[in-house]
Amino acid sequence: MMFNKNLKNILLVVFTTLILSACSTAKKSGNIEGDVYTGKETVKFLASGVPDRIFFATNKSSLTTAARETLRKQATYLRKNKSLNVTIEGHADERGTREYNLALGERRANAAKDYLMTYGISGKRISTISYGKEKPVNPASTPLAWSQNRRSVTVKVN
Amino acid sequence: MKKFAILLILKILLIKNANALIEVDITRGNLDPLPIAVSPLHVDIKSENFEGIKIKELGENISSIIEKNFRATGLFNPLKKEAFVQKPDIAHLKPRFEDWRLIKAQGLVTGKLLIKGGKLKVEFRLWDLAAAKEMTALAFTTTPSNWRRVAHIISDKIYERLTGEEGYFDTRIIYVAESGAKNQRIKKLAIMDQDGANTKYLTLGNELVLTPRFNPTSQMVTYMSYFKNMPRVYLLDIETGTQEVVGNFPGMTFAPRFSPDGKKIVMSFAKDGNSDIYTMDLDTRVVERITDHSSIDTSPSFSPDGKFIAFNSDRSGLQQIYVMRSDGSGVKRITFGKGIYGTPVWSPRGDLIAFTKMRKGRFYIGVMRVDGTGERLLTENYYQEAPSWSPNGRVLVFYRETKAGSKGEGFSAKLWSIDITGYNERRLNTETDASDPSWSSLLSK
Repeated sequence: MMFNKNLKNILLVVFTTLILSACSTAKKSGNIEGDVYTGKETVKFLASGVPDRIFFATNKSSLTTAARETLRKQATYLRKNKSLNVTIEGHADERGTREYNLALGERRANAAKDYLMTYGISGKRISTISYGKEKPVNPASTPLAWSQNRRSVTVKVN
Repeated sequence: MKKFAILLILKILLIKNANALIEVDITRGNLDPLPIAVSPLHVDIKSENFEGIKIKELGENISSIIEKNFRATGLFNPLKKEAFVQKPDIAHLKPRFEDWRLIKAQGLVTGKLLIKGGKLKVEFRLWDLAAAKEMTALAFTTTPSNWRRVAHIISDKIYERLTGEEGYFDTRIIYVAESGAKNQRIKKLAIMDQDGANTKYLTLGNELVLTPRFNPTSQMVTYMSYFKNMPRVYLLDIETGTQEVVGNFPGMTFAPRFSPDGKKIVMSFAKDGNSDIYTMDLDTRVVERITDHSSIDTSPSFSPDGKFIAFNSDRSGLQQIYVMRSDGSGVKRITFGKGIYGTPVWSPRGDLIAFTKMRKGRFYIGVMRVDGTGERLLTENYYQEAPSWSPNGRVLVFYRETKAGSKGEGFSAKLWSIDITGYNERRLNTETDASDPSWSSLLSK
């Protein structure tokens, strides 16, 4: 009996450790997929249920499935609010040369703009600006911070 | 600002003694710097006061600047003044060579100065102690407020005599002065002498400014500004303070640099998300498109003969360096090494291209021949980029950033320099954090 009880305790400890480690890895991969940020920590909302930003992979400006879903919500919102104009700000992380990052931010902002236009939003309502790596939302030097900074943000201008 | 356009009256007293023994080889890293004694310049007792200049200390102050310049090259070892064996005025007339040799000096710099009638008269001599001969001597007259430049000009003449290369001391560096938290950075254009003295701020920090670059032929600067939230390339005259937007582009222009004759600006223009390279002639205002590709083409830099442009592009996938003729024809990729390459900058000597390389999360400053062969990585760090050449093509200045903590703490940006030999890495003194340095041409050329 005594032996049995000890074994139970050991098994319990092993089991708990497994659960804990599973949790911590799940949390990490839950926020970054590939190296695209998928969390909500820095996200603001244009309106209820309409996130203001999308995230990109390193050196990339292609739209992920999640980014397209966000942009479709933005398009719906913009269709309902016809007098509203927006600026899309394109950003890069700090791990690249300044000038290339300016170009990359521009590309990201325009990728978002083009997608909104394919959902019927006039290009005249959308301006773009690139800040390159100049305006990080998270100042840390970590892969998580860099993934949060590789973004384009839709901002209301009126 | 007029004082930068001073007239230097150069009178060469004696040039280039043919039998000189001492010389400095700057093509290798110098592990055995030349011991040199820089005697304080003798101040003539007939000197008059001038606008707050401490005349009595002027000779000492000028020699200190020369020593600091020499030490920073890594090629010279200026000896301690306590060991000096002769008074400045007597040494300037005729050094007791055998006594100076006792303190292990190989070269000796002597000089004297006089301020009279609002003019500063300076003369100096460089002595080869082993050969017991004068190697070079020079006298000139300028306004007394230029006394720091006097020290730099003397340094340049001695460097030139001992190395056979033009100096780079009478020069300035324009850069971006940074302050504030990492995610709320305030950036201003700043300019300083090459040794960190005379810092002046050229913008107030109300808008983001980036990548200032000197015109190689004048006191003009081109840079990028977010004035009125419209990121554009600007042209600034440092002497008059006037500035203007370059060209009439409907979108972001960035990454500007002058052509070697100073008459054109080459830059990137982003249209519908795509960045290509353009030039604008500053006299005729004619804009020419140089590249037309669906990739990012940026960081253009002219060759010193104006015939070619190096740039970086991600047309092959990731950033690599390309060279083309300055009309955009004959585009050729020159980097094939492992890693990502950016910010090519053509040496003023024409023989090398400096660049930033990124590989496995580390950043390198390196040089390669203009066809991409002979790559040499000079320095590795967590983050560094944007090399700019000294006017003689021997030293690179660049900026380096540190890793930040979870709240951005511990972040800094500083200017560093390194010889193209890979030796003599040094941090430049700046009043604030600093980035995006650009080295001027020699001011007194």
